[in-house]
Parts: sequence; structure tokens; C-alpha cells
Amino acid sequence: MAVKWNEVSEGMEIPTLKKNCSTQQLVLWAAGSGDFYQIHYDKDFAVGTGLPGLIVHGALKNAFLGQLVHDWIGNNGRIKKYGCSYRGMDYPNEDIICKGVVTRKYEEGGEKLVDLEVWTENPQGKKTTPGTATVRIDS
Amino acid sequence: MADELPPLITDAMRAQVGKESEPMTSEVDKTAIRMFARSVGHVDPIYYDEAAAKAAGYRSIVAPPGYLGTPVFNPNAPSRRGGGGMFGGPEPSRPLRRVLNGGTEIEYFDDICAGDVLTSTTHVANYEETKGSLGEMLITTSKTVYKNQDGKVVAISTGTGIRY
Repeated sequence: MAVKWNEVSEGMEIPTLKKNCSTQQLVLWAAGSGDFYQIHYDKDFAVGTGLPGLIVHGALKNAFLGQLVHDWIGNNGRIKKYGCSYRGMDYPNEDIICKGVVTRKYEEGGEKLVDLEVWTENPQGKKTTPGTATVRIDS
Repeated sequence: MADELPPLITDAMRAQVGKESEPMTSEVDKTAIRMFARSVGHVDPIYYDEAAAKAAGYRSIVAPPGYLGTPVFNPNAPSRRGGGGMFGGPEPSRPLRRVLNGGTEIEYFDDICAGDVLTSTTHVANYEETKGSLGEMLITTSKTVYKNQDGKVVAISTGTGIRY
């Protein structure tokens, strides 16, 4: 299940992770993350700040990208670094497709490392959350 | 018009750059990890089940990507946002009412598992003001360094906060 070093090649796509947040999931995330900003669960509040409606937490999309990468390497390695920018909003009950592509495979300091470009895509195909990750692969 | 307004960034803000916050304690516990993992939709049992985590080579249930402990809540402490004081510090020259999270990056140096107690300090690395589609914006980059109970740096997170 977890990817092996000899299976990794530059340019390869990693398995896609599809998300679609109910408002309930946003409330779960508020509790799980401690981010209780009302634009994520109080529609009147969100509209009052000029937003079209509730929006998905940026940090939740960051966590989705963490899951995307973790599900690929499993426990045959570790995430060394990952992050993303919140460039576009995503909304509840719309697909958030998490994707990744291997950009570099290399060895450094005795570790087998892989750099990836990762991102989330909205239903229109726009990359709303572009980011990068570096992982260590053990075997 | 807007160009004639004085800068948003004040001398007090410039003086704030690089100053370390008071340390904050965050506990990494099983219940909080399970809640976090569940809210993301994780399916790997290392985030839920101690035996599975140990079988996979970890000390205990594993902190999922993005989870850096739960700050110990103190009802008497001055208000401080979670996530590493992204918007703490001196106020800009004009009030900006709205906030957005601009981005997050975490670098890990070791496993973080249930039972760990993390101590973090945060500093503002940079202030920048720009004009975007939302009007004038203040972008704050902050860095938070997390040490575990053994004093080892286990993670550094960089956050970008946007006020407009």
C-alpha cells in the first residue's frame, strides 16, 4: 500500500484524494483544530463580512494535503516538510480534489527524499490551494 | 486616494519583528488527536489506535500532519488566537476588520506523538502591505518553533496572516 522507493519516479502523479465537506465536517474541524472563526459555520456572519457564504477553513485544506501525502507514503517514511498557500476559497458541499506530482527524487544526508507539488482543485479545475511537500522514503 | 494614506505598518510594528513571544504550552493527547484526525477524514489507524501506532514504529498515537498539540486553555490569560499568534502584536495605523489565513508551512524534525508536551514561541518574521482584489491588505508572516518535553525542536511552522 505504502509507496516504495523503487516505485517513485519524477513526474509521476500520486493517488488523488477526493473531499467534499459538509457543514458538519467544518464544525468537527473547528473543534479539532480550535479555529472557531465564524465565517466557517455561521452563514449570516460570513455574509456580513462580504463573503458569498460559508467557506472551508484553509488549514483544513492544508490538513487534506497532509493526508494526501501520508496516504501515499504510509508509514514507509515521514513527511519532512509541507505547506500551501490559500489562493482561492472552497465551499461546503463542493468537491475538493487533492492531487500531487513528484517533482524531484534524490538522496541527501543519507536519506531518500522526494519533493512534490501538491494542490487542491475545485470543481472548475482551479488550483485553490497550491503547495509543496518533501518526504523521506525509508525503503 | 488610498495612495495618500499613511502606511499601515507602524514603527511599533517594525520594532516587533523578531521578538519572541512568551512560551505557550500545547499538549498532544489521544483524544485531541482522534478528534483532529476524524475531522480531516484520516483512515490510517496510527491516528486512532495505540497498538496500531506502536506496530508501525511510533511511540504512541501519532499527531497527524498539521496537528501541533492543543494549547492549554487559560481563562485568565489575555486573549490570544490559536495557531501561533498570527495576528498578535501592535495594531496597524488603521483598523483592519477582516482576517484570512494566507498559508501554512510546517517543517518536521521528529515524530510528535500522544503524551508529548510542546512548548512553542512565536515571532513575527515580516510585515508587508499590498493592495489586492480585497483592497489594502496587511500580510504578516510569523514563525512558531515547537520544542518537545526533551527540549528538542520537533517542528517549525510558518504562517501567513492577511488582514484587510
